[in-house]
Amino acid sequence: MLDKTVKELGDALQRKEFSSVELTRAFLDRSKTLNNEVNAFITFDEEQTLAQAKKADKILSTDNATALTGIPIAHKDIWCAKNWITTCGSRMLENFRSPYDAHIIKRFNEYGAVTLGKTNMDEFAMGSSNETSWFGNVKNPWDLNRVPGGSSGGSAAAVSAGMAPASTGTDTGGSIRQPAALCGISGLKPTYGLVSRYGMIAFASSLDQGGPMAKSAEDLAILLEAMVSFDAKDSTSLEKPTVNYSGGINRSMNGLRIGIPKEYFSDQTAPDVQKGVAEALKEYEKMGATLVDISLPTSPLSVAAYYVIAPAEASSNLSRFDGVRYGYRAPKYSDLNDMYAKTRAQGFGAEVKRRILIGTYVLSHGYYDAYYLKAQKVRRLISQDFAHAFKTCDVIMSPTTPSTAFQIGEKASDPVQMYLSDTFTIAANLAGLPAMSIPCGLDQNQLPIGLQLIGNYFDEAQMIAAAHQYQCVTDWHLKKPPLYGV
Amino acid sequence: MEWEIVIGIETHVQLSTESKIFSGASTDVGAPPNAHACEVDLALPGVLPVLNKDAVGKAIRFGVATQATINQRSIFARKNYFYPDLPKGYQISQMEIPIVEGGKLKFHVNKTERTVNLTRAHLEEDAGKSLHEDFIGMSGIDLNRAGTPLLEIVSEPEMRSSNEAVEYAKTLHALVRWIGICEGNMQEGNFRCDANVSVRRKGDEKLGTRREIKNLNSFKFLQQAIEYEASWQMEQIEDGLAIVQATVLFDPDSGETRLMRTKEDAHDYRYFPDPDLLPLVIDDEWLIRTRASLPELPESKAKRYQSELELNGPDVASLVSSLEAATYFEATLDQFDQKTIKPAAKLIANWMNGELTASLNRAQKDFTQCPINAETLSNLIKRILDNTLSTKLARLVFEELWSGNSSVDDIITEKGFKQMSDTGEIEAYVSQVIKENSQQVADFKAGKEKALNSLVGQVMKLTKGKANPTQVNDILKTKLS
Amino acid sequence: MSLTKQDVKKAADLARIEITDQEAEDALDPLKKVFTLIEEMQQLNTENVEPMAHAQDISTRLRDDVVTEVDQRELLQASAPAIENGLFLVPKVIDQ
Repeated sequence: MLDKTVKELGDALQRKEFSSVELTRAFLDRSKTLNNEVNAFITFDEEQTLAQAKKADKILSTDNATALTGIPIAHKDIWCAKNWITTCGSRMLENFRSPYDAHIIKRFNEYGAVTLGKTNMDEFAMGSSNETSWFGNVKNPWDLNRVPGGSSGGSAAAVSAGMAPASTGTDTGGSIRQPAALCGISGLKPTYGLVSRYGMIAFASSLDQGGPMAKSAEDLAILLEAMVSFDAKDSTSLEKPTVNYSGGINRSMNGLRIGIPKEYFSDQTAPDVQKGVAEALKEYEKMGATLVDISLPTSPLSVAAYYVIAPAEASSNLSRFDGVRYGYRAPKYSDLNDMYAKTRAQGFGAEVKRRILIGTYVLSHGYYDAYYLKAQKVRRLISQDFAHAFKTCDVIMSPTTPSTAFQIGEKASDPVQMYLSDTFTIAANLAGLPAMSIPCGLDQNQLPIGLQLIGNYFDEAQMIAAAHQYQCVTDWHLKKPPLYGV
Repeated sequence: MEWEIVIGIETHVQLSTESKIFSGASTDVGAPPNAHACEVDLALPGVLPVLNKDAVGKAIRFGVATQATINQRSIFARKNYFYPDLPKGYQISQMEIPIVEGGKLKFHVNKTERTVNLTRAHLEEDAGKSLHEDFIGMSGIDLNRAGTPLLEIVSEPEMRSSNEAVEYAKTLHALVRWIGICEGNMQEGNFRCDANVSVRRKGDEKLGTRREIKNLNSFKFLQQAIEYEASWQMEQIEDGLAIVQATVLFDPDSGETRLMRTKEDAHDYRYFPDPDLLPLVIDDEWLIRTRASLPELPESKAKRYQSELELNGPDVASLVSSLEAATYFEATLDQFDQKTIKPAAKLIANWMNGELTASLNRAQKDFTQCPINAETLSNLIKRILDNTLSTKLARLVFEELWSGNSSVDDIITEKGFKQMSDTGEIEAYVSQVIKENSQQVADFKAGKEKALNSLVGQVMKLTKGKANPTQVNDILKTKLS
Repeated sequence: MSLTKQDVKKAADLARIEITDQEAEDALDPLKKVFTLIEEMQQLNTENVEPMAHAQDISTRLRDDVVTEVDQRELLQASAPAIENGLFLVPKVIDQ
């Protein structure tokens, strides 16, 4: 039962093949064992988890069960969950027990899902390798010497290794798609505003968006139905009619126009990745889709603009971690300012501090126009590029990342090399577009390759259908890493 | 050479909403520490702000009342700085595009009308409070006030004396209460002024370097602080020293201002648009609705009272000092017809500004809580106008009314307060007084007009105040001529 | 542009992060690399381009003025480093 998809588990639970408690117990046992190797989870809380499973079993015996009732889901430790330690991968929140539920946690609870545990992540979601976590780096189940990607690396590794049937992540510049690609799973970042940010610890507010991570596109659709919901507590949450994502996955690919942005297909990308993506595109053509050449001329500047906007917002968002109301406080200090400075110097890790410094600098007096305002203008142009492109295509496809999983430590000393691993994913965040990654091959080292799909605003259904159709004719998403389940 | 003082005022007006500007926590004061600080006010990880519609409505009211421009698209920005009473490490405020721009405020200084232009008014959130007592070497932070909506109203530096500054502040204070956007309780910090003060030689075009006096929460302190600061600056310059731009605090105990920080160590607030809040858009309909719902403003009422009712400036000024007073005045006036309305208006004004205000002040009440309602007061005025009551008797009736008796005519009958109007009866008292006061009679005949007042007084005394003094006056004059 | 150690120290001070001379020195090189990346933006002409602050071009939603929160002080203060009589304790605050 541990190898089933969410869809299959849901059906089995409703047919009473096993109970939620049995299922949850089994996942807890497997996860706890595997976690010694993978370090995908920061927190387990058996008592709370099993209590939820028991409750789910009761619901399963009534007519009120949903497709998610009784299914254990691993949540990225960026989501506040009531009574759960919620660390955001930081020493700053090592002992922070959230007194409230994030909107999406409430939604999953309402759907009867079970919180399996809180997954490891780059500190405050700042990283692309999961090496910045205060709780140690996560290892890639395909090769324990390699990174799982980041920042939702724990969530990706957990699904990849069979430690959880599905998980949640958040994506500010690629933090769902990049680890999904590197761990060989499916992950989706919805249109900005569809998934409430309330209770998601903010990194860069205008870019952050939560989304599901799972074994298949079909599972993503089921999870997305729970996650997408209007929230009056988030001013940027959008009120949209409910979409039945899972009901719309059986669309014909005949006539689908796939935009191929020339900027995303260069020799900078590893040859195996280029090859994997090219073969995936051939599959789509076989299914009747047509490839359309498009251009996103401003996209090469997306990383530059992102590294102004995201740190600027982050520098302000992270000011609340001051050792006054919750979280870490330095043990020794001379006065108030010293308490702040020591608390923040000790509570934050190096990458977080680096981004706070960048953000503080670009917002400070005299530099605002040259950096922040300029970046916002570049952002506008990037978004206009997409608007233009979607006049001639229905979905855009590209590699998710320029390379497959890299070695732990390989890029740790050069932040720019690390930042460039998100070079294909960032533009969708700047524009606020939905995007996803699905597995489309293995490279010569038997490491997964990710195919990125970018949809038009609110066109998740089209994108998921395209991913699902691909998964109907290929089996890359079914490939298991060497560490799977052992 | 003569000095000129230049003053601009920034006022933080707490808007009288039920809940906070960005959260659903109560704005009530007096709760135990942090009992009204919810997860949003505490800036817990992951929380987000949602703007209070009523706070926006109140800002629009202010803009409309001061004939300002309402920006139909305004932006919230983050003002970043660290302070324990600022939980997020930034204050949500408005910077580049505030909700209200321009506008003006008119008031009187020594009977001369002054108009001060307003620069802007923007919405922002209040901070919490740091308490310094009772914690050895530590401060205690109470965030109940954090997130209370504020309208920061900024004037142009157009005031030239502490008197002008105080009149500006008083007028602004009356206005924000008048239009129902602020409770105006200054002790509780509902209305707090910062004064930007500079001095220059009269005739100079260039402004002097200013220093900002922070957080003045009474008109008296505003006046004292400006006066001290201005003379301190003049002395500095006269001693050949330069003024350094700075922020200062006023110490009410010493009556002096002291330095908080200079511009060199001023904050770099790193303002940027708050990504958690989208642009605030106000449609035409909202503006139209606000215009229609605004009460007639004090300035317009004052003009009307002067032209239609022929009341004088000082009378009018106090009648329009609050909406409650003006409403009470108009309700009383409504009881009179066109023929008697002008004398009635004068009498109502006299009574409201005299006995009634004095009694209300003693009882610490305002016109909405007045034990004598408008109709009752009008009945009292009617009996004065028809000569049933002298002023003196009317005062006695008033006392009865104040203590709960509500019928003017019953009081007059029961207590026998009716004014003597029988000419024969009065003539008898007059004759008696003339007979018993030969000296004053002689003085009056010798041309000392004042002696007559004394004789009138004697008659009033004999009649126990029930005679009509005008009548007594006339009869005396006839008899003595 | 050339970022200096002083810039790094000033930003750290504004951000209330203690930083030693050596740390500022060590931080400088990677930061310079990041700013070289950022500077690539300057090559693009963005004249007359409206800055984009939000992904969606919509206005903010407003809340009715209703009290929805109840007193949860004890729960909300459970993770606080120092509390006395319901107040958060900090080193003595001096007016700034």
